[in-house]
Amino acid sequence: MSVLILAEHDGQHIRQSTRSSINAAQARNEPVHLLLCSDHADTLAHEAQHIKGVDLVLHASAKHFAHPLAEDIASLIMKLGNDYTAILAAHTPFTRNILPRAAALLDVGMISDVIEIISPNTYVRSIYAGNILVTVKSSDTLQMFTIRTSAFKPAENQERAAPVQSVSAPDPFKRTRFIDEVHHVSDRPDLSSAKIIVSGGRPLGDQFEALLTPLAKKMNAAIGATRAAVDAGFAPNEWQVGSTGCIVAPQLYIAIGISGAVQHLAGMKDSQVIVAINHDPDAPIFKVADYGLVADLFEVLPELTDALN
Amino acid sequence: MKALVAVKRALDYNIVPRIRSDGTDVDIAGAKMSISPLDEIALEEALRLKEQNKVDEILVVSVGPAITQDVLRHGLAMGASRALLLEAESLLDQLGIAKLLHALVEREKPDLILLGKQSIDDEACQVGQMLAGLMNASQGTFASKLQLVNDEIIVTRETEAGTETLALMLPAVITADLRLNEPRFVKLPNLMMAKKKPIEIIPANELVTHLEPRIKRTQISPPATRPPGILVKDVADLVTTLNKSGALHS
Ligand SMILES: Cc1cc2nc3c(=O)[nH]c(=O)nc-3n(C[C@H](O)[C@H](O)[C@H](O)COP(=O)(O)OP(=O)(O)OC[C@H]3O[C@@H](n4cnc5c(N)ncnc54)[C@H](O)[C@@H]3O)c2cc1C
Repeated sequence: MSVLILAEHDGQHIRQSTRSSINAAQARNEPVHLLLCSDHADTLAHEAQHIKGVDLVLHASAKHFAHPLAEDIASLIMKLGNDYTAILAAHTPFTRNILPRAAALLDVGMISDVIEIISPNTYVRSIYAGNILVTVKSSDTLQMFTIRTSAFKPAENQERAAPVQSVSAPDPFKRTRFIDEVHHVSDRPDLSSAKIIVSGGRPLGDQFEALLTPLAKKMNAAIGATRAAVDAGFAPNEWQVGSTGCIVAPQLYIAIGISGAVQHLAGMKDSQVIVAINHDPDAPIFKVADYGLVADLFEVLPELTDALN
Repeated sequence: MKALVAVKRALDYNIVPRIRSDGTDVDIAGAKMSISPLDEIALEEALRLKEQNKVDEILVVSVGPAITQDVLRHGLAMGASRALLLEAESLLDQLGIAKLLHALVEREKPDLILLGKQSIDDEACQVGQMLAGLMNASQGTFASKLQLVNDEIIVTRETEAGTETLALMLPAVITADLRLNEPRFVKLPNLMMAKKKPIEIIPANELVTHLEPRIKRTQISPPATRPPGILVKDVADLVTTLNKSGALHS
């Protein structure tokens, strides 16, 4: 038997998060099948074939996968599901919309946001915004779970090409209609896979992007934000780091004007090096920071941008 | 139009959870419990739809032991029309909760089902999607904006790249994200009035017979703590320190 992974892509490339789930799946020592849903894209299938650890690419190509609905992909997974011992994906907004629905259709309990796979049915995950870790065990024959991207290294490429097999997509679900989407265009690297993240809080105000972008550019960093900064409209929603946003663990995380609420810490406290800049020496962010600078951000931010080369 | 809102009773978000001294569970004895924040946002949205005369009845539901009635009372004080407890003494997993809600949906036939996208304790982010699957209904998860237009609900949802807008036929399941609204404060007189309102109780096993959780917790532990850091004196010091640490190299 094999493991099925739901791939995620942006139309051009397979996402890094999928590569992390491919690596996580290796723990099971079974052949890995990657399910790719798209409306075109030989290029995507080609990329998928060459990811190390993939043994077979299942390509479901259908017009309506240009804007894939959870309803459609979940019913496809249900159709394929019983041929597998495990079905997994990364815990991203895309896949966590789909996998629980598929799990219910297959009558399987699901485990979300796994940070460690202990055995083929036992996992570690965090609860309460990262404040507590639990080990959980599933009694289902079919295991379904999502993994935390930052906890597993992304799979690299390989020379060898895994075969591609096409699978037919079920008829489109008629009760949900796609209307449109808005993508915030940014030339910054992807938050979930960036090596360096420069992240800002509420006090940056209207100057959020104007102040952080030059610094981020110099460091080739992604930009993150707190909920307060996003709620106030200073930063787009997909930049939010935290328990209800993106969970990241880059090589370097620079928190600027961020208080360090537990919900924010949940999204970044596993970063390798944390820097905090805050004018309040008692701000909780300093408790997780490796290097803290007590200063006014409006004074030191331009200075820092200049000093980096 | 009828709305069903499912809420979870959870440790209040201002309280830092601790593990019980016997190491078996999270210590919630005597701690303040509330409606999980995103579920409260879901309920607030239903209330707003009612105030716009788009919804005429709101049923607020929770699953748990008898004590869970306290958060249902809070839901009534916020403005829900009715409250119902699916009483279950033992811990259920997300699939179990979804099955119970599904059975209740078949009985109550709501047009709209609203929940939070995830709970503040387990953070599983599953129940809404599972329920929609069991109902074979449309799902609008991680919603930041809702609009009822004729027989459809238009949902703007937060995605990895920005937002997406979908039109769902009813009945549909919506899960609320943070930015859908800001829940109202409940006034004391409303809380007092809610104390007198009835709460319907249905034993969970009367609705669904096989609720034994598939997923069980075997261990609980605190996460690793980070070693204490240092303060640097200025920007130059910070840059030197960072250079030495190697964190700037890609
Ligand atoms: C259910 C729920 C989920 C949540 N999920 C998330 C989440 O995913 N992510 C998230 O981030 N938050 C989340 N939050 C919100 C969280 O609790 C905090 O409210 C939020 O993180 C605070 O953001 P902030 O640090 O930008 O703002 P503030 O709390 O306003 O802090 C600003 C900080 O900047 C400092 N400061 C101010 N001016 C300056 C200056 N000139 N120079 C230097 N420092 C300055 C202040 O000392 C302060 O420490 C959630 C909350 C709830 C209830």
